[in-house]
Amino acid sequence: MSSDKVVHLPEGLRLFPGAGALLGPLDKLVNWGRAGSIWPVTFGLACCAIEMMDTGASTNDQDRFGILFRASPRQADCMVVAGTLTKKMAPALRRVYDQMPEPRYVMAMGSCACSGGVFDTYAVTQGVDQIVPVDVYVPGCPPRPEALLEGFLKLKEKIMAEEFRWSSVR
Amino acid sequence: MEQRAIADTLKTQFSEEVVDIVEYQGQVGVLLRPDQIVPILRWLRDSADLRMDHLRALCGVDNSKRKTSYPERFEVVYQLYSTELRHEIRLRVLLPEKDPHVDSVVSLWSGANWLEREVFDMFGIRFNQHPNLKRVLLPDDWEGHPLRKEYPLKGRKEWQGLVELKERIQELDQHGFYPPPPVEAKKGGTAKKGAKNPVEPQKTVAQAAGPASAGKEKTATVAAALPAGVNTGKTLRERDQA
Repeated sequence: MSSDKVVHLPEGLRLFPGAGALLGPLDKLVNWGRAGSIWPVTFGLACCAIEMMDTGASTNDQDRFGILFRASPRQADCMVVAGTLTKKMAPALRRVYDQMPEPRYVMAMGSCACSGGVFDTYAVTQGVDQIVPVDVYVPGCPPRPEALLEGFLKLKEKIMAEEFRWSSVR
Repeated sequence: MEQRAIADTLKTQFSEEVVDIVEYQGQVGVLLRPDQIVPILRWLRDSADLRMDHLRALCGVDNSKRKTSYPERFEVVYQLYSTELRHEIRLRVLLPEKDPHVDSVVSLWSGANWLEREVFDMFGIRFNQHPNLKRVLLPDDWEGHPLRKEYPLKGRKEWQGLVELKERIQELDQHGFYPPPPVEAKKGGTAKKGAKNPVEPQKTVAQAAGPASAGKEKTATVAAALPAGVNTGKTLRERDQA
């Protein structure tokens, strides 16, 4: 059985079944690997975290996209900020982000993480993009699991389109 | 025992302290002076026919925006319940606007500890003899007490901790994989730190932009063309080709 029937290869990569070798631009190979194994660190802050757990559970099954939740920022590629970020929590969020190794991505889940939501008050940051650079915004209050999955797929698209994100010598 | 009966017993026992007894939709509240609150609550907890062993809630009230008249600006409200006899009562302690303070009840219910800290945090009501009276929800260096009615919704000024964090973020971003364009790095604090530790991206952009004489203008154009947030590799390639 030739494995190119089993593994879906992105455009531009070629598989040599007999040799067990892949040929293609390094960008595409690296991005393919990254996009197929997004490991998010959970940063559940409010009710959005419940939907995030639901997304990880068997009904929606994130695992089919290679998405596995990690409980440590040091083992993660992506951070899902799920919920209201208060100002008191902001330094902790930034610290977790700083502990993540490159390449790292951030998803803002829910209205509160995107923009502060209804909490336009003294104690709540108006969007986590003030604290960390956000790659994907998932609106909703809270977003359905399908919406979060859509967000992950958007992130996947974004990763696949990246170039040169593997060397600091550019 | 009925709530009304409890309130009347309390009034006969501490007639000096009870200001008023109010009833609204079957719920009875006893308005009290602040001085004897610990003996009153101890009596309610320990007397044989009341046995109010559970402090359900302790909270503060700011009456100053109330449309009807009110006796004092602040109140501390104690909701008591007897788990054995299954009856309840509400006590409202009246506190003046100037320097509101009341004795702590942590000696009776240790669960009151954080509740009193929360009231202190939100209203600035002090609790005498409290073992650890500091803020519980807001950061320690917060200014003001947000649930007081004169406190504006957005606060008077930004919390110093967040201001410092944002300054630190600007510096940290310089060491990231995609540092922000050097236009932003021209601020006072960051520029000094950049001199100690030469900033890599500036050099790269200058080289890519061509001869050093024209570098300044080109740098500005490239920086403006970069999208905010995380840059994509595409712009980098364009930069190399330029």
